[in-house]
Amino acid sequence: MTIETLFALTACALVGIGLYGLIAQPHPLRKLVAFNIMGSGVFVLFGALAKRGAAAGLPADPVPQALLITAIVVAFAATAVTVALLVRLIEATDSASLADAPPRE
Amino acid sequence: MSALLDGFSVVAVIAGAFFYLAGTVGLLRFPDAYTRLHALTKADNLGLALVVAGLLPQMDGLLAAGKLVLVWLLVLLSSAVVSQLIARSARRREARP
Amino acid sequence: MSTVVSAAVVLLLLWLAVWTVVARDAFLAVAGFVVYGLLLALVWVRLAGIDVALTEAAIGGGLTGALLLGAVGRLRGTEAATATEGASAGARAGAAVLAVAVTAALMLGVLVLPEPVPTLAPLVVPAMPATGVGNPITGVLLAFRALDTLLEATVLVIALIGVWSFAPDRAWGGRPGPRYQTDPDGVLAWLARVLPPIGVVIGIYVFWAGADHPGGKFQAATILAAMWMLVQMAGLSDAPRTSHRGLRAGIVAGPLVFIAVGVLGLWAAGSFLAYPPGLAKPLIVVIEVALLPTLVLVLALLMNGPPRRGGPA
Repeated sequence: MTIETLFALTACALVGIGLYGLIAQPHPLRKLVAFNIMGSGVFVLFGALAKRGAAAGLPADPVPQALLITAIVVAFAATAVTVALLVRLIEATDSASLADAPPRE
Repeated sequence: MSALLDGFSVVAVIAGAFFYLAGTVGLLRFPDAYTRLHALTKADNLGLALVVAGLLPQMDGLLAAGKLVLVWLLVLLSSAVVSQLIARSARRREARP
Repeated sequence: MSTVVSAAVVLLLLWLAVWTVVARDAFLAVAGFVVYGLLLALVWVRLAGIDVALTEAAIGGGLTGALLLGAVGRLRGTEAATATEGASAGARAGAAVLAVAVTAALMLGVLVLPEPVPTLAPLVVPAMPATGVGNPITGVLLAFRALDTLLEATVLVIALIGVWSFAPDRAWGGRPGPRYQTDPDGVLAWLARVLPPIGVVIGIYVFWAGADHPGGKFQAATILAAMWMLVQMAGLSDAPRTSHRGLRAGIVAGPLVFIAVGVLGLWAAGSFLAYPPGLAKPLIVVIEVALLPTLVLVLALLMNGPPRRGGPA
């Protein structure tokens, strides 16, 4: 098995692990961490495809690699927004619960 | 000459890896924050120094070697400061309860 | 030998991912995630993406890890309450089945990837001399796919506006985060005086090296933003007021210069973001120099979070 295939298959497993955590963990911060793992799985898959595209003397296809840099930065920005939202939720409700609020009397 | 240098690199990097292993075992096995810090800082600093020393002959050019030494010095600086901060915060937490 | 190393990295990565997802509490999960990010940087090295590895270590592991650690501190005490809302055993089994199914479908896709491999590298290499830069990644980011980079810089600014908009009314326009109080003669304050001069030089070096070697504005901006955060955390300077006009101008300056260069291309080279022949390198330098302060400000302020104090009197 080539290195690219090895890492591509690993990436698929990372997406699965992240997806499981996203659904099964109740706390929003845990969901966020799991979502980041899922995202990193997508990145690794993309990176393995970039490595497969090695040609013309370059060790990998530079176009997907450049997009990966963009993707990592954007993922950080999205995580920052989510963390701010989460902290605000806790300040406003004293709870990190995502359950529907009970109907008011 | 180059075989000798390669041999030195291999020995130094393996010795460095051993110290990392020792430090990590200490981190996992020692009972409290202070002894864990002791294991980490002592063993990892030596481990890093050995790895850097082992890699120096493999670098092409003085500039690259200089960068490696700079990395080593910066890690030493930050690990020294961070272990101080962790120890202080552990001490404050002990004093408070 | 190299396959053995890759296999070891893969096993560690999978183990850490599982550990992070099932860890006992949020702090352990975040600690696991930071280590996972560093390990991911090793994966990028093995996949021949040194630029990506630098970005992953700096932003994916470093900044995201620090952000999540800060969040764990704020969320303490809310964990026990949500534990009772945990998915039932049936739902967890369903999630596991779904996760395995998605993984299997993706793996199937990987195993039937097309041959010959589609790649854009043969198009990039002959076009590189026209850009005047030597690092193909920088060439893609600022010449061939400059539109993506422009949109990314815009997304960062929009994300910052989003974070700021979570400020309570009384703090709107005020300063983010707590005012850090530390011992002015302490070791942290000492580090915050000694390290930034070195960090600034290294940041500018990584920025400039990005033209021909791995590196570039994102990695450099992370280092510079980290230095600013260090000075703030040591209590040597306060976070800026988010209503400060100069600050806001600095934040939008990068994307605005980028758009201006794009419009210049429309007029001088016939299409948006096209560079006139011979001017590619100077224009790329102009864009990068304008983007760097924006990225430093946005990354650091995203870490700072929404304004919390000192709003309108």
